[in-house]
Amino acid sequence: MAGSFDESGADLELVGVTKRFPGFTAIENLNLTIPAGSFFALLGPSGCGKTTTLRLVAGLEAPTAGRILIGGKEVTATKPHQRPVNTVFQSYALFPHMTVLANVEFGLKRRGIANALALAHEALRLVELDHVASRRPSQLSGGQQQRVALARAVVNRPALLLLDEPLGALDLKLRRQMQLELKSIQGEVGLTFLHVTHDQEEAMTMADTVAVMNKGRIEQMGAPEELYELPRTTFVANFLGQSNLFTGEVVESGSDAVTVDIAGLGIKVPRERAQRHAGEVTIGVRPEKLTLHTRKPDTAAGVNILGPGVIIDASFTGVSTQYLVQVPGLPVITVFAQNMAFGPVAEQGAEVWVSWRVEHGFGLADEPEPEARFAADDDTRTIAVQRRQRLEDELDEA
Amino acid sequence: MTTQEAAVLGRAEEAPAPRRRPRSGRGGAGSWVVGAYSLLALGIMMIPIVYTIVFSFNDARRTNIVWRGFTLDNWLGICDDPRVCESFGNSIIVGVTATIAATILGTMIAIAIVRYTFRMRTLVTVLLFLPMATPEVVLGSGLGSQFVNMGVERGLWTIIVAHIMFCISFVVVTVRARVASLDPSLEEAGRDLYASPGQVFWRVTLPLLMPGILAAALLCFALSFDDFIITNFVSGNAETFPKFVYVAASRGIPPQSNVIASAVFFLAIILVVVAQLSAGVRRRRLAKAG
Repeated sequence: MAGSFDESGADLELVGVTKRFPGFTAIENLNLTIPAGSFFALLGPSGCGKTTTLRLVAGLEAPTAGRILIGGKEVTATKPHQRPVNTVFQSYALFPHMTVLANVEFGLKRRGIANALALAHEALRLVELDHVASRRPSQLSGGQQQRVALARAVVNRPALLLLDEPLGALDLKLRRQMQLELKSIQGEVGLTFLHVTHDQEEAMTMADTVAVMNKGRIEQMGAPEELYELPRTTFVANFLGQSNLFTGEVVESGSDAVTVDIAGLGIKVPRERAQRHAGEVTIGVRPEKLTLHTRKPDTAAGVNILGPGVIIDASFTGVSTQYLVQVPGLPVITVFAQNMAFGPVAEQGAEVWVSWRVEHGFGLADEPEPEARFAADDDTRTIAVQRRQRLEDELDEA
Repeated sequence: MTTQEAAVLGRAEEAPAPRRRPRSGRGGAGSWVVGAYSLLALGIMMIPIVYTIVFSFNDARRTNIVWRGFTLDNWLGICDDPRVCESFGNSIIVGVTATIAATILGTMIAIAIVRYTFRMRTLVTVLLFLPMATPEVVLGSGLGSQFVNMGVERGLWTIIVAHIMFCISFVVVTVRARVASLDPSLEEAGRDLYASPGQVFWRVTLPLLMPGILAAALLCFALSFDDFIITNFVSGNAETFPKFVYVAASRGIPPQSNVIASAVFFLAIILVVVAQLSAGVRRRRLAKAG
């Protein structure tokens, strides 16, 4: 590895990885393969184990069980500095006592790369910060620091680049800009990116493949559109965007559609979009797929109708209007209606019906809730601090 | 150099907090009282120092108590009384050696205490604070009698050992705070960027701890240079500067010791001013660049 770069990105493979900390399990039997050259996002709420996964891949934590392979080579037992992996830390972790240039050169020099200086300047030009090369990190803005952190990692041409919510501290405009920049850098250098985030929009806009993680396990994995249009679990349906979910018994299981009894109405879901076809099931539909009617629509094949209900809230958001509809016996239904005409379609308190095309519905695989509880781990820094805290606690106790 | 000055220097090394401008008191009897009180307090503190400096220019005969006229002879011929220079040299040797040893040992202990769990860590922590809490007289007499019991010949080396012992506590306390405030992800970033554990220590950890270590070293040197009580018990025939002054005081202190005291004072003041100025310049440069 010393003195040379990896030619391209490498596969990452996690086989049966488990990580237990004293008192809680962060990751349980995780199996994951990320193909070379892809932009992979691990998406999940705080404490879902995504950051721990990242730290395991970087070598900053050792797994309790399981194997980690990078480019087919087992790295489970190797130290962080021996792995062809670089991390962009959430806190950036730029060395405050070095100039920006020295920060970027750091990894190259440790590996004895010949023209470190030229490569470092090149990497800084890539993130358009070559003009601040001689400054200290503390003299840069948050966005600039973030780009330096990126340059410092990318300059090493790692087989695998790990991003730990690196955009979390930036404001919205800067974040959009950085998202695009990251995406284009990934295209330019062809590395494998593993991006950890709790921001679903960030994951969906940037990644080729998104894995939604919850409580130490991967709930669902796939292309962003696929995850959004066909969520398989309640968690995914609610974490990625909003969903209207209804629970009821299956009354008829046909060859192309499953009919579910929702508040006395037969609601159909395409068979191939339903995870389960018998018993009590949860079905759902996205709010923007719903149409609002002020008069009872005619029943038609291929359309589900719920109603009558009452609009309990209507909020105008510019592009669309969000309606909350209360149908007796059902949870409040959210409807996003495009503002095709001027003003809202219906007033608060009006009697309405909602309808959607059968093919837009989805049926969830309601899995029993796992009993294990996991502590929150937001980011690499928190975990490092936690470790320190544990040591200090021991010090105080004794 | 005094302990306070070392503390000031240490603080100047670290990022100084922006000083809040005191409210400008306009009129009112209160501000007059505060002003007069401040002047009085300053005056009382400065009198011995001013006295020492002024009498370093005195054309002294046998004693240096009565003013006999201005001369530069004392400053030009510091080593005219060889005991002054010799004791001063000894103090420097003791101070520098003890500082280097105590700073290295103390830094290692501080890192170990913060970063690692090991058996009897709590005991070590408590033991480290003992020399700070124990009266110097007790510490000095105890050490002195131990040296005699063990048949160790007392001299410069026993002074150095004693100074290292009490300095370590202060070094550990100072450096430990710095270690604890170090962002652990910086070292992780170092490891992630292909640096071996040794390289991480020398290139990341140590430079980041440096302000704390420097402050600790200055504090240690000041404590060692100042120390009379413990030194007196463990020094045997060796003389340090404070011990020489103490002994000479009964027979008349040579004016050369005033020169040395004044020189040390000026040096300390210059160090503090330079540290403050450079911190100010750095801050302004940061403000301009940012």
